[in-house]
Amino acid sequence: MSHPMGRYLAKRLAWTVLVIAIVTFVTFVIFYVLPSGDPALRFAGKQPTPQLLAQVRADLGLDHNVIVQYLLYLKRLVLGDKYGWPGLGYSYSTGAAIEPQLWQRALITMQLILGGAILWLAIGIPVGVMSAVRARSRFDRISLVTGLVFMSTPVFWLGLVLLWLFWTTLGWLPGTGYVAFTTSPASWAAHMVLPWITLALLFAAIYARVIRSNMIDTLGADYIRTARAKGLSERRVIGVHALRASLVPVITLLAIDIGTLIGGTVITETVFNLQGLGSWVLQGALNQDLPVTLAVTIVVTVVVTLLSLVADITYAYLDPRVRYK
Amino acid sequence: MSTPLLEIRELSVRFPTAAGVVCAVDQLSCTLEHGQTLGVVGESGSGKSVTFLAALQLLPKAVAQIEGQILLNGEDLLTRSASQIQAIRGARVGMIFQDPMSALHPLMRIGDQIAEIVRAHTGASRADAHARAISVLRSVGIPNPDTRARQYPHELSGGMRQRVIIAMAIVLEPELIIADEPTTALDTTVEAQILELIDELKDRRGIGVVLVSHSLATISSVADTVMVMYAGRVVEHGSAGEIFSDPTHPYTQGLLASIPTIDHGRGHLVSIPGSPPSLIDLPAGCSFAPRCVARIETCTAERPTLTARTPTHVDACLVPPSARRITPAAVAAGMGDQ
Repeated sequence: MSHPMGRYLAKRLAWTVLVIAIVTFVTFVIFYVLPSGDPALRFAGKQPTPQLLAQVRADLGLDHNVIVQYLLYLKRLVLGDKYGWPGLGYSYSTGAAIEPQLWQRALITMQLILGGAILWLAIGIPVGVMSAVRARSRFDRISLVTGLVFMSTPVFWLGLVLLWLFWTTLGWLPGTGYVAFTTSPASWAAHMVLPWITLALLFAAIYARVIRSNMIDTLGADYIRTARAKGLSERRVIGVHALRASLVPVITLLAIDIGTLIGGTVITETVFNLQGLGSWVLQGALNQDLPVTLAVTIVVTVVVTLLSLVADITYAYLDPRVRYK
Repeated sequence: MSTPLLEIRELSVRFPTAAGVVCAVDQLSCTLEHGQTLGVVGESGSGKSVTFLAALQLLPKAVAQIEGQILLNGEDLLTRSASQIQAIRGARVGMIFQDPMSALHPLMRIGDQIAEIVRAHTGASRADAHARAISVLRSVGIPNPDTRARQYPHELSGGMRQRVIIAMAIVLEPELIIADEPTTALDTTVEAQILELIDELKDRRGIGVVLVSHSLATISSVADTVMVMYAGRVVEHGSAGEIFSDPTHPYTQGLLASIPTIDHGRGHLVSIPGSPPSLIDLPAGCSFAPRCVARIETCTAERPTLTARTPTHVDACLVPPSARRITPAAVAAGMGDQ
């Protein structure tokens, strides 16, 4: 195992480094080179003073030619700037450095996404498996219809209805906002549970359908008949032999979905007043706060690249055939 | 006489479909004595695989209607509960499937796939089960079983994979092995090795073997008795010697004649004209009649029943024996040269 797996890892790692290098170049081109007009004007926010414009030019090295600008940009990213590492600069609109806010907001978004992902897997896998094992049963039909409802429910509406029900009407849960786990674990959970549910229901419905169809294909495979002929319990045939093969493709799906959500939980974060990356990028866009938009763009692309690396490694671990391709 | 190892009585398997009821197996009876090999031969769709999948309740319950009895040492397998049949599968009856490429789980190590049988049936420890897996791999002729046990199916050749499947079937020393086209997907040289291995296991461990194949040539070297099936029915059943030297049913004669031999000379491939009938709405008479060269008038009207030719040899044919005594040359001439 070690030999092909080691070679596969090395290859995959080199590829990731290359992709991240390309990402830095593409983001530079999109933000600095492509748009017409003075880049300093765009970075400086609404109605900048001449002094501020001069400072932006100095900070970003805009007086140099494009290649030097890119190298300075790269240097700030890789080595950090006066605000910390990675060097993502300063928001001239809000007057705050990007870097400390970034980690704080990324932490909130990651908690939202990971909690949501655990929840949607915890719902989607069993429902998908049950629907496949009892295909066309009443359970299958009910889960299909329920899933369709969740898939077509707008997230903002779902979030507001949950808030109305559990906060204003029943009073079971505190309102919106974020409480750190270290401040009060109970309050943290009470504040996160509705955002998790809001995020998870749509994905739970999608994953249940995907797992159902993978599972139905797998259950018809020869090796499942072999497993039965070996005298294994139905529980083991379905829960180990069939589920294992059915879940492998889900790894890739999960990596893509989590990656997309890093900068894409705008609605959930806004409804529940969570100061995460999604609501930040929205504010950045509305305030013409280009450093924020650039920072989130870079972080999201790097995280997506790393997630796809993790997904591929997991895939190779679970499916030994991949290591040889 | 002692109880036979396997006795099938009046087995019928039907699959209701939108187009009509498919009668896959019709009133099939046969027996297999301990330590013997029963060769089951027929074209695809003749019901040979279905018969033995039914024995282990491996047909989907919702769609298969099964009647009759399948007795393993006198115990009816068809009336066993789910947990009872689970205890029999893999432990008392081992199954070998056709395609070794797809019959093994692609994501599990070879050793684990064998060891889990031991663990499921005996409650052995992980280490003991693994040790048994390695020793059974060695006994089916896999070199370096320690290394192989850690590998995945795609790292093994087709013949090696079939050996692994045989190892899975015999690891718990079953009374009976059902081998469903075990060599169809393999090269001819590997086929001989696999058949030899199955035959050797039968002799060494006294296991009864059911060898299902579409080819008489495959089973000729190992079968003690041969059952020939056509369209879900037994058309001829007898000792291997009788079937191969003195086949009485025109279908068996046709099958034997279609095995290419050097005697026929090059360029002569004998075939039975036509193809098997649809299993929905079978003709009233003999199912083989439309393709039979010895056909007489009653064949299409009356259904033949199994009739004894010798104490160990039965066939189902209405044509008087003298009229169907067909020499290979005549079969070749009458049944269409290609």
